[in-house]
Amino acid sequence: MADSNKVLDVAGVSKRFGNVEVLSDVSFRVDKGETICVLGPSGSGKSTLLRCINWLERPDAGQIYLNGERVGINNAGIVMGDRDLSKIRTRIGMVFQHFALWPHLTVLQNLMEAPVQVQKRPKAEVLDEAVALLSKVGLSDKRDAFPAKLSGGQKQRVGIARALAMRPDLLLFDEPTSALDPELVGEVLVVMRDLAREGMTMVIVTHEMAFARDAATRVLFLDRGRAVETGSPDKFFSNPETDRARQFLQRYAGDVASSRR
Amino acid sequence: MIRDFGIVWSEHSLLLSGLANTAILSTLSAVAALLLGFMVTPALMSKRPAVSGLARLFVDGMRCVPFLLFAYIVYYGFPSFGVRLDNWTSGLAALTIYNAAYMAEILRGAWVVQPREPIEAGVAFGFSEIRLFRRIILPPLLLSAGPVIGNQMIQIIKDSAFLSIIALPELTHAASSIQSRHYVPFAAFITAVFLYWGLCLIIEAGVSSIGRVAEARR
Repeated sequence: MADSNKVLDVAGVSKRFGNVEVLSDVSFRVDKGETICVLGPSGSGKSTLLRCINWLERPDAGQIYLNGERVGINNAGIVMGDRDLSKIRTRIGMVFQHFALWPHLTVLQNLMEAPVQVQKRPKAEVLDEAVALLSKVGLSDKRDAFPAKLSGGQKQRVGIARALAMRPDLLLFDEPTSALDPELVGEVLVVMRDLAREGMTMVIVTHEMAFARDAATRVLFLDRGRAVETGSPDKFFSNPETDRARQFLQRYAGDVASSRR
Repeated sequence: MIRDFGIVWSEHSLLLSGLANTAILSTLSAVAALLLGFMVTPALMSKRPAVSGLARLFVDGMRCVPFLLFAYIVYYGFPSFGVRLDNWTSGLAALTIYNAAYMAEILRGAWVVQPREPIEAGVAFGFSEIRLFRRIILPPLLLSAGPVIGNQMIQIIKDSAFLSIIALPELTHAASSIQSRHYVPFAAFITAVFLYWGLCLIIEAGVSSIGRVAEARR
């Protein structure tokens, strides 16, 4: 690809579950250093879109390119085998709604597992980096704790550090604060805001409107599986183009005003 | 009665070698059954109906055959197909294959109640196939299924007693020899019972140490 700034290119992605069309013809691009917030009502296909990017769900149609390289389909036009897919997936970090930490491993081991086992990077180097990442998310004292002993907010910060330990080109967040008690949301958003400021390339599915308004470089609004609107958060929140977006924002208007941090 | 136990004591080297053989037989076949189970379980969980169907047939088949009968088939039945195994090999094979079905079913049961997300995270982080199973799926399975696997190991120890019928010199065989040689059935068998009990206590201790490891992660 000539455009070296482009990290992710999603072109015409569609996905059905049985008779339900979850995504239809969704296209968007993410440039290096951008924070894209994907917004939309429940069931609008946000999570499915995110899961299509790293092929946790296999799209029915459309193309996905990561740094110009096709995801999921090889040069011969055939669906990739597990091994080829795995290689691409190591370059896309993912943060899950319910944390999805590996319960049998300590916090530090959770961070080191994929870089050592999958990426085959030297253990000493990975360890140094993991220790630094834990201090970055403020959990240095928890390195030898098991996930079960952490609060939700701590678990999610480990989840973010675990994704960063892969040195990904792109970070995907699937409703990272939806499973958290309200008082724990802030500590996770702080970490995400820092990442945005540092120029990490991120696609974030979220219902945190205040966060989207402050931290996103662009907003993608999905409704019933369609990318209805995309643009700067300022414009989207103050003057949305479509009725659907306006209705959606009205429902969340209280949130934005009250939860502005 | 005390005299009877004295007679049993005079044969302690026979009993101890029986105990050692039972321990070796049980340990080898428990480990082998578990390893075989590691291979059958992913087959049971396979999305390909042919694979899961075949695995299911094996597991259900084994679970519906009495072990004694299966041991007879391996030792007396296989030679008619030209497979002639000595009593140690057929005993080990019978115990292993039979219990692999149980191990596989135990692990499958633990697998289906595992939360899906950590496994999905494994996939998203680039784990696949054997590495995904070995590093991400299996360890939590072993921790949560530990007590049931321990239970099955106790079952293996007890099943191994059946192998005295194919003249395998294990503990029951030794006790039975002592009683027929000296006519001290109660003393001989009760001694064997206590020795079996000792073996099971060792397994229990192992299970509770797995339990402590699991508890720290819960």
